[in-house]
Amino acid sequence: MEEENLNRNELMRKIMDYKFAINDMALFLDTHPCNENALMKHNDFVKKYQECKEKYETAYGPLSIDTEINSWEKWVYDPWPWERSEK
Amino acid sequence: MILGHGKGVKNNMWTYDRQLQYPINIKRRDPKLAKVIISQYGGPDGELGASLRYLSQKFGMPDKKSKAILNDIGTEELAHLEMVGTIVHQLTDGATAKELEEAGLADYYTDHGWGVYPQAASGFPWNAATIAVKGNPIADLTEDLAAEQKARATYEKLIDLCQNNKEVTDILKYLREREIVHFQRFGEALNGVQEKLAQKKFYMDNINQVL
Repeated sequence: MEEENLNRNELMRKIMDYKFAINDMALFLDTHPCNENALMKHNDFVKKYQECKEKYETAYGPLSIDTEINSWEKWVYDPWPWERSEK
Repeated sequence: MILGHGKGVKNNMWTYDRQLQYPINIKRRDPKLAKVIISQYGGPDGELGASLRYLSQKFGMPDKKSKAILNDIGTEELAHLEMVGTIVHQLTDGATAKELEEAGLADYYTDHGWGVYPQAASGFPWNAATIAVKGNPIADLTEDLAAEQKARATYEKLIDLCQNNKEVTDILKYLREREIVHFQRFGEALNGVQEKLAQKKFYMDNINQVL
């Protein structure tokens, strides 16, 4: 997997990229539901998104509440997306 | 405790993703910019109105593709609401009461402190009268096309006002581009509705059966 050696920020950036691509393809498919090429791209982005999300969550904690969570503390105490990071 | 059944499980209508749609990490505080950018949070052409406009219109929409696009763009607008809230928060976070006062935010500070309140740049609170839900596909989709153009124009005004802060203009440019994509998709939905209506004779009070 090309995401093998990414650090936390780089992996998060990949997740954001794939999620954006999924969303943009979804809007296109809403008005072009029979477009096979767009559907293939969408599904490819979903696969990559899920791989990155799983990898991130295993290493750093949950990104959404609908995944298995071993400890709730990260959800509560980790910085939220709207908070400024010092990095 | 097991909450889902492995990856890819979607068992809620909406869940919070712990990630923004576009990265925001504004290093330089600037409450003066927050004072105008807040208009895209709760102003007449802002993201709160956008999300509620589309997510409310979808219930009365007879056309399948239009239902889908209203639902999915409405959902994306909620992500944009979060982004604009994040910009306002980061531009004011850590500012003293004095700094807020100097930025013209004494009134705002009095009522809302460091919270983010849905209001226009003028201070007027968010108002449902800024959106329309007509229950007619042509009227609603035409309103949506105008709404996207008004939001685009607002972002351009904000970009003009934020020229000295590239961290902020980068994000505003991204949001502006999304308005253009949404305009395109709503245009396709409206064309689809008009093509269907042209295919057979219909009476205007029958529009829901035709679609």
